[in-house]
Amino acid sequence: MNNSVKSLVAVLFGLIAGALLMALTGHDPVEGYKYLIQGGLKNPERIGNTLATATPLILTGLSVAFAFRTGLFNIGAAGQMLFGGFCATAVGLSLELPRALLLLVMVLAGFIGGALWAVVPGFLKAKYNVHEVVSTIMMNWTAYWTVYYVIPAYFKGTSLETESRQLPADAMLHQQWLSDMFQGSYINFGFFIAVIAVLVVAFLINKTTLGYELKAVGFNRHASEYAGIAVKRSIVLSMFISGGLAGLAGVAQYAGNASSLQIGVMPSQGFDGIAVALLGINAPVGVFVSALFFGILYSGRGFMNAMTEIPPEIADSIIAIIIYFAATSILIERLYHKLKLRRAANKKQGE
Amino acid sequence: MDYVVEMVGIRKEFPGIVANDDITIRLKKGEIHALLGENGAGKSTLMSILFGMYQPDRGVIKVHGKEVRITNPNVANKLGIGMVHQHFKLVEPFTVTENIILGSETRKFYFGLDVKSAAKRVEELSKQYGLNVDPYAKIEDISVGMQQRVEILKMLYRDAEVLIFDEPTAVLTPQEIEDLQGIMRNLVNEGKSIILITHKLKEIKAVANRCTVIRRGKTIGTVEVADTSREAMAEMMVGRSVSFKVDKQEGRPGNAVLEIQSLTVKNSKKVDAVKSFSLNLHAGEIVGIAGVDGNGQSELVEAITGLLPIESGTVSLNGKALNGLSVRQRNESGISHIPEDRQKRGLVLDYTIEENLILEVYNRPPYSKNGLLKPEAIRKHAEHIIQSFDVRSGTGGRSIVRSMSGGNQQKAIIGREVERDPDLLIAVQPTRGLDVGSIEYIHRRLIEQRDKGKAVLLISLELDEVLNLSDRIAVINNGELVGIVNTSETNERELGLMMAGYQKEEAPHE
Repeated sequence: MNNSVKSLVAVLFGLIAGALLMALTGHDPVEGYKYLIQGGLKNPERIGNTLATATPLILTGLSVAFAFRTGLFNIGAAGQMLFGGFCATAVGLSLELPRALLLLVMVLAGFIGGALWAVVPGFLKAKYNVHEVVSTIMMNWTAYWTVYYVIPAYFKGTSLETESRQLPADAMLHQQWLSDMFQGSYINFGFFIAVIAVLVVAFLINKTTLGYELKAVGFNRHASEYAGIAVKRSIVLSMFISGGLAGLAGVAQYAGNASSLQIGVMPSQGFDGIAVALLGINAPVGVFVSALFFGILYSGRGFMNAMTEIPPEIADSIIAIIIYFAATSILIERLYHKLKLRRAANKKQGE
Repeated sequence: MDYVVEMVGIRKEFPGIVANDDITIRLKKGEIHALLGENGAGKSTLMSILFGMYQPDRGVIKVHGKEVRITNPNVANKLGIGMVHQHFKLVEPFTVTENIILGSETRKFYFGLDVKSAAKRVEELSKQYGLNVDPYAKIEDISVGMQQRVEILKMLYRDAEVLIFDEPTAVLTPQEIEDLQGIMRNLVNEGKSIILITHKLKEIKAVANRCTVIRRGKTIGTVEVADTSREAMAEMMVGRSVSFKVDKQEGRPGNAVLEIQSLTVKNSKKVDAVKSFSLNLHAGEIVGIAGVDGNGQSELVEAITGLLPIESGTVSLNGKALNGLSVRQRNESGISHIPEDRQKRGLVLDYTIEENLILEVYNRPPYSKNGLLKPEAIRKHAEHIIQSFDVRSGTGGRSIVRSMSGGNQQKAIIGREVERDPDLLIAVQPTRGLDVGSIEYIHRRLIEQRDKGKAVLLISLELDEVLNLSDRIAVINNGELVGIVNTSETNERELGLMMAGYQKEEAPHE
């Protein structure tokens, strides 16, 4: 059974379960889904907003998927995203440069910030065999508290204590013509960064010797050692790239979808990235598609809530159920085999 | 007829494969009955069914003529069926007796363990069957051969009538093998019956009364061992005729290729695993390293290939010291390595054959340029090796290696390493777990390499393999070189004694 089919089956089951939930709570599932999808795709503005919502998810999904493909479980995309976004914000608030150059420096700062945040666990793993799940979670909180203290101390907003100053217009990914094209949506250059990242990662993984090395280390560390690949360097490098991608998600979120950085909030996109990667079978294009799907659900749920009595949590439940099914795809596969066997048996009896 | 155990028409299917397809085996009382078959022929599945770990889809199992259903291993034990596993299941810090009674302890006043009377019984059994085991010795202090006897005692202690031996000689020295065969004869003389699972024809010849051969899940036939030649049994097993003798000309050694000088290597536990080991290997020569498993062979190889650091001493290739060079630098200076564990070291199982065949050269032209892989060149390379080394797989070069059989995985590795055209080819256990047909093929390729003027270092636990292929044999014991002998001037007995640590001169006289 093809992996992408498994993901689609998981989505289907999730939607069916969502329909059951709506029906059980006394709502009309058809209506619910109608508004959910309309909310995400009804008009150009909503489509633009869906793309903008999906942007950080594409990047964090890509971050987690890349780590997975190279044998690492990067659970710290949230912290890397936060720190990358923080670096970009700090650059945007401190430097005065021509717009194009400023944006470029901000994107670079975001990438490197996220990458450095992931290199620490990578180094610990390579050198001392510290499991990256533990160390990336610790790094999440390190990022959280770093931002918590540094933002009020150096970049405090004029009115609110809990967020940074607004980024100047020149330091934002927002672009008027793009916004106009989508009839006032808050879509921004972040989406293009995400698309480019998808293409670059796909190329890196499938076509380059570097991708070959990193995947080999992920699949089998011992065989890679035997082949003469620098295993430790590869682990650190994988984390660097993975963290950088999460850092870009921070740039897209804090300098694109938003215009300031709030303290005391761990970005949920970091963890959603794990789900996106899982549903996207860790393939760059799969991640792109599944992030868009999540984007529709996230941006449509408000509309569904406004137009019907269905609580927006239903959308979250659907996502949760889809993740369950994607994670237990082995069960789906077994079910498929059973059905196939039964059909074969019936056929025999029929003869 | 009084059969102790009969398995008739057994069929067992797993998703996608039929492991057993109509197998019949009948065990007479008091016989040693060999079960012979290639890897994957269905031996283990059949025995797992007899031991109650799987249920057959079809077929009947009878014990003493009565039909039984063996639903789990406890039922098998109660029916008097015991299994001596290939990998021992012993608690190292416990004594022999404690291990034997584990699971069926005799109690004293409800709580107290009655080790004393158990130990007495163990001693009696040990004497009765000539096992010579000290009931109070700790497992970690006794030899592998002794540990195996403890496993046997475990079965006897539980009054097993039928003993299944699963590849029992894989871990033993030649002398220990002889002892074991003596023990097996004692057991049958005392009325036990034995099923011996093996693919070593020599052992069957030495000890078994009858032999059932299975191939691809089917019984090919049951023969009287005394009336059947080795060749005939091999043919039944493989399905075509097989030659055992390796044709080989006298070697013509050239210059020294590999020079090892008083090499010391520490293993992962920081203990000296190789101790001041010296050896020279010449072009056009195969030197075999003989030794019991775990006597420093792995560490020796890893120190040469760069996977383990050299503690002291030097290793040089064509006169250039290798100390301090990385694995890749050593590969590039002319070492090829067929690793001991093909699935752990030799292959990335989730990569395709194509990808695996460039494992050491992916970063060099023509397989890549400026950091980009060149699929065209990679495919051609794979096709070439697949063809010239007869690597079989489902979908050619695109097959995931995990889906291939062990023999074909090994052929792919050998093809990859030989095609790199090295000066030194290190082959560690190149035929482990392979069937007779593949072994024959791989042996031919290794000799071909020698004849082309390569230096071949062969490390094998199979003494026959070492004797058949090597020009000279270096014996290693406890990390030290015991001695080097010319193959033409030695025999299995002498090597066996050396493997046990006796120097050539001090071999005990009988």
